[in-house]
Amino acid sequence: MVFFLQNVVNALQWGSFYALIALGYSMVYGILMLFNFAHGDIFMVGAYIGFGVATGLLALSSAAGVALPGWFVLVLTILLSMVLTALVGVTVERVGYRPLRGAPRASAAITGLMIGIILETGNLALLGARRISFPSLIETATYNVGGVYVTNKKIMIVVVSVLLMIALHQFIHRTRWGMAMRAMAFDYVVVPLMGVPINTIAAMTFAIGSALAAAAGILFGVAYPVLDPYMGIVFGWKAFVAAILGGRGSILGATLAGFLLGFIEIFVAMVFPSTLRDLIAYSIILVILTFRPHGFFGEPHSARLRL
Amino acid sequence: MQGTVNQRTDAGTQRGLRGWLGRQFGRTPMIGWLAGALVAVVLEQQVGDPLSELLGLPKIPVLFGFNVALKKPLLIPSALAFELLIYALPIWLVARVASPVMNRVSGILYRLPRWVSPAVHLAVLYAALHIWADLSAYRGITLRLMLIAVMLTLSLNLINGYMGEFSCSHPGFMALGAYTTSVFTVGLFMNDKLFGPALLPAAAGPWLFPAALLLGGAVAAVGALVVAIPSFRTRGDYLAIISLAFLFIVKSLIENLEFVGGPRGMSKQPNWATLPVVFLWTVACLWTINNFVRSTMGKALNAVRDDELAANAMTVNTRKTKMMGFLFAAFWAGVAGGLFAHVLRYVNPGTFGLQKLAEVLAMVYFGGLNSVYGSIVGAVSISLLGEALRALEILKWIIIPLLLILVMIFRPTGLIAFTEFNVRDVLRPKTGPDGEV
Repeated sequence: MVFFLQNVVNALQWGSFYALIALGYSMVYGILMLFNFAHGDIFMVGAYIGFGVATGLLALSSAAGVALPGWFVLVLTILLSMVLTALVGVTVERVGYRPLRGAPRASAAITGLMIGIILETGNLALLGARRISFPSLIETATYNVGGVYVTNKKIMIVVVSVLLMIALHQFIHRTRWGMAMRAMAFDYVVVPLMGVPINTIAAMTFAIGSALAAAAGILFGVAYPVLDPYMGIVFGWKAFVAAILGGRGSILGATLAGFLLGFIEIFVAMVFPSTLRDLIAYSIILVILTFRPHGFFGEPHSARLRL
Repeated sequence: MQGTVNQRTDAGTQRGLRGWLGRQFGRTPMIGWLAGALVAVVLEQQVGDPLSELLGLPKIPVLFGFNVALKKPLLIPSALAFELLIYALPIWLVARVASPVMNRVSGILYRLPRWVSPAVHLAVLYAALHIWADLSAYRGITLRLMLIAVMLTLSLNLINGYMGEFSCSHPGFMALGAYTTSVFTVGLFMNDKLFGPALLPAAAGPWLFPAALLLGGAVAAVGALVVAIPSFRTRGDYLAIISLAFLFIVKSLIENLEFVGGPRGMSKQPNWATLPVVFLWTVACLWTINNFVRSTMGKALNAVRDDELAANAMTVNTRKTKMMGFLFAAFWAGVAGGLFAHVLRYVNPGTFGLQKLAEVLAMVYFGGLNSVYGSIVGAVSISLLGEALRALEILKWIIIPLLLILVMIFRPTGLIAFTEFNVRDVLRPKTGPDGEV
């Protein structure tokens, strides 16, 4: 039982990463009906920007002779990197997706893949092939709750992720911009005719998705402080799977499916040898999709689907 | 090549560069180009060494001078002169000056039984490629990998272009083919620590290699059932995910199979995928896929892509069509995988991952959807570009994606999309009773 709970804690942490990234996929899908395949690499860029901001802040504070508390630096890093990565996301949308508004969806998917490769290689060219370790901003404290070991980092990761998800939910359901997004997701053709600026909404969607990915990247850097330029590939594709599993364009679905994917992976690794993790996890997903081809919260094909 | 075909009808009337090109080269039949290439490579074989020495080049530029030019910019004029003298000038001369003779030859071939003309063209093409590749081992490997890329691109175009699905499972099919073939050849013919001593004499090997490749293709096709059967109920994004899951599953499965080496991979494949073998298989692939997409079955694929419901109403058996499309494409991907394993003589599961997927997808979408022509162009240009820019090392992976993004922005379906590849039309003489001019 203790062993089980220990894995639940780990799964919650992994699930947070997947869910935060999957949200970005799902939001873009809801608005533009295409998957931003560069999203995994935006997660990577976010982690690197976080690294840059954190090191910069630490250097600045030590130069000024002020000892800033670690959590303060962390919060500042997360906020600043979210803004910066949002700019990267908006640029990606402007360069790679806006010229392709009327093109077949597969072409946009290819552009996304290529932008991803450019981001990876650009990073490699700028920073070299060495792995970078994320500065440890907060001391790890381990609590023993009835035999289950919980670190303050894990709690922080889950809490920050859930807070961000709640904030996103509030934004989408309580603000005018959120309403515009929902309207756009409802009808891509008519709503722009009603005066909703499609390009602004699309850019905003990319910005929000990228900001969430940046948060995921920094949280990942806090938990596993080794960054490399290709870390976004596997995370990106797995989060893409989660976004589909949750149902296209469904925010709630993407969140739940992200956590589910984290749970499946951790628990498969708990029961079976860890080399079998991908094999079994994806077989389970295959079975789920066979019985629910539209994911958990997705709707069947309709006239909405532009192929 | 494409230019000459398009401009055949209006050669001489257009102005500007296209008109000039049309007037210069519009009357050269395919055999003329091939003969020109043959002359060029023979010339390179005979006088390449003294000429490169004369021009101050360290050795014959191995890939059209790109690597020399990028590594030592000072040698650009020499490399350029070499390429002009060896390739451009002879090809231009043969194509331009000998075009009446070539048209005569082409006309004679055209009137012989239908299979003769393609066979002669292929023989000349093979001779040129063989002599070209003979000059260095690097060229040999590059050429064979390029031909394999053509096979892969063609087979993926069948699913993504002709059938209109977004399949991500192609490296998985390839891996199945590669491993099946490797197990067959290494297990039966080689002394290997995984499989024990050879069971059959190595002399019988090359004759049984086609059987091994067919087996690899068949296993890949059986694997494709995992993707094909869900495709009856769903399509688009969900099928993309199913195919992606299939790719991950295959890769993970191979990593966990100890008897094929697990994540360390398999080596010691016999060197049977020589240039003639790869060339013949590529021709076979091109021929069957081209015939397939031009048959009623291929038209049914297009119908399913454009409107499944309407196709169903018009008595197209959509299930059978999808099944055929997937299995056929997977079969050729498996064969290509088997050849790939025997060209590199080493495979590991990491080879067949997301990077391979991005590479093959890039070739398909660069060349053009729904087009055999486009697949050839895409595979050849992306793999040549990849090799030509090798000297730029990492920047290569910024230039190629940028190029592809530009292609997607200006031609969203690829360079040469939605064109038929009519072999007889390509090989037809350009003047005389059978030509159109």
